[in-house]
Amino acid sequence: MAETLLEVKDLKVHFNTPDGVVKAVDGVSFTLERGETLGIVGESGSGKSVTCLTALRLINLETAEVSGQVLFKGRDLLKLSNEELRKIRGKELSMIFQDPFACLHPLYRVGAQIDEAVRAHGDFSKADAKKRTLELLKAVGIPRPEERYRDYPHQYSGGMRQRAMIAMALVHNPDVLIADEPTTALDVTVQAQILELIEKVKEDFNIGVMLITHDLGVVADVSQKVMVMYAGRPVEIGTRDEVFAQPLHPYTWGLLDSIPAVDQKGKRLIPITGSPPSMIRVPQGCAFHPRCPHRFEPCDKERPDLMDRGGGHPEACHLTVEEKKKLWAQREASRTRAAS
Amino acid sequence: MGRYIVRRLLYVFLVVLVITLATFLIFFVMPPGDPVTAFSGRTPTPQILHAVEKQFGFDKPLYVQYGKFVKNIFFGDEFGWPGFGYSYVTRSPVREEIFGRIGVTLQLAVGAAIMWVIVGVSIGIVSALNRRKLVDRAAMGFALFGVSAPTFAVGLAALYIFWQQFHLLPGTGYIPLSENAGEFFSHMILPWSVLALSFAAFYARMVRGNLLEALGEDYIRTARAKGLSEKKVIGKHGLRASLTPIVTIFGLDFSLLLGGAVLTERVFNLPGLGALVVQSVARSDLPVILATTVIASLFVTVMTLVVDIIYGFLDPRVRYT
Repeated sequence: MAETLLEVKDLKVHFNTPDGVVKAVDGVSFTLERGETLGIVGESGSGKSVTCLTALRLINLETAEVSGQVLFKGRDLLKLSNEELRKIRGKELSMIFQDPFACLHPLYRVGAQIDEAVRAHGDFSKADAKKRTLELLKAVGIPRPEERYRDYPHQYSGGMRQRAMIAMALVHNPDVLIADEPTTALDVTVQAQILELIEKVKEDFNIGVMLITHDLGVVADVSQKVMVMYAGRPVEIGTRDEVFAQPLHPYTWGLLDSIPAVDQKGKRLIPITGSPPSMIRVPQGCAFHPRCPHRFEPCDKERPDLMDRGGGHPEACHLTVEEKKKLWAQREASRTRAAS
Repeated sequence: MGRYIVRRLLYVFLVVLVITLATFLIFFVMPPGDPVTAFSGRTPTPQILHAVEKQFGFDKPLYVQYGKFVKNIFFGDEFGWPGFGYSYVTRSPVREEIFGRIGVTLQLAVGAAIMWVIVGVSIGIVSALNRRKLVDRAAMGFALFGVSAPTFAVGLAALYIFWQQFHLLPGTGYIPLSENAGEFFSHMILPWSVLALSFAAFYARMVRGNLLEALGEDYIRTARAKGLSEKKVIGKHGLRASLTPIVTIFGLDFSLLLGGAVLTERVFNLPGLGALVVQSVARSDLPVILATTVIASLFVTVMTLVVDIIYGFLDPRVRYT
């Protein structure tokens, strides 16, 4: 029986802005177990990053209203004191970010910054911290760690910086690693290496990984569980095999259709028309309905709940499972035809 | 690094040379006109005019005069090194006049700099950490006042209040530190404060802005995410990033002041370089004008070099090429 590390229950994050309330996250629930990678997918502004940042309380809480629970090994992170939370950050729960160019302090040596992470928890002498840092730099595949230890971030390449960030996140053998679009800012070849590293780290350290991305291809590679988010709410959750074999939400279909595939040459990409909604004025009913080619009667009035409608995993779409299966089959067929 | 410094020193030399040349030309080409008539008394005879011309060297071509001026700076003149000649007005060596006054200006600038850095930086930090709260608004109100209030007005008002009205402090003037330390400080405290006010205000705004910007950076989020205390996140990562650019500005501000804090010295009757500048310009006293210009431009150019070198140590991304 896998150990549940992180359980998010009905998380809502609303930002008060001069233009109105931005409902960045509006009711998200999921669990993360040890040894599992959860991929959270969605377009920019779908609330996936805010979900994770809120879990570690790294958003500005003065302007945000947060409700719900983020249970980390049974403790609600949203209710901890700052000091209690500090003791968890970087020790049991670590995070790496999208832009490794901006995430390391430009004026401190990379080694010193990782040392600092080591010494933030527990009693480490300078020498011990350095030893641990070098161990980690080596583990994440930084060549000649002793030399690189003394380098500044601008002397690292993008991929190396992300490796250094991962090293920093791992110094205390955390239980959970949250990776917020860790490969978005990197070259494609480096992306694969970083994903592989995260995968390896998950195996070696036996941790839970939350991987946020807008790239379903990335999720297909490394995740066991997938959550698709749209306009601050999950629209489909399932295991990777379930979601990729039988996606049940038109938005997921749209995402899948917009991935280029090398083996299907000439096949046209089908973009999702329109753009994500303003998070201040989220459309009534199903937030996706203005962009959905299959919308019908109740879609602009009733918001579909996230539940299993008989398709095997929870989704939030008014269509019946039979209709969904048929529509998806048609889409697949027409795409394949267009290719030949 | 060595080559870099040598090259930069060469630039310093060139810049100072160009500035003196410009000053020199402005003096002769622009009004108030012929210096010879100015120094020949009320009823100059041709003999007197000729004698004055000869005495000051005005009978020689401009480039000879300029050449002699430059040569004297480098190799000294009859009064020692560096040679700045003698004042047309007082007929005393400019060198002594300048060296006597640099000390006063230096004391004024150093005291004020200590005050404005401490006050400005602390206000900036407090303001940034209490953004949009009452403390911040009050501090920024003060900063706006400090930046916009003219030095002479604040100086006179301060003198009126602390000297005339409440007799808390002695009046204007300068007492050397070696003569009487207490008197020195009681005479300097007002000039320091008045001079520091506008800088402190400016630095407070700058530090506040820099710190707020730094605290929004991704590496601050990283620092929090790795479990550092807020004290370290702000006090180390935030401040390091926000104070480093201040070093540059400080170097330039400070070096400008060394050329003479004209208004402050004037208001508080301090015998510094600034007072000398005003005096010499008013009297068309070319050697003094030139000497003060050389000194001031030297301070600024050398300080710029020093700042650039220091910055290279503070910011590893800077490379000397």
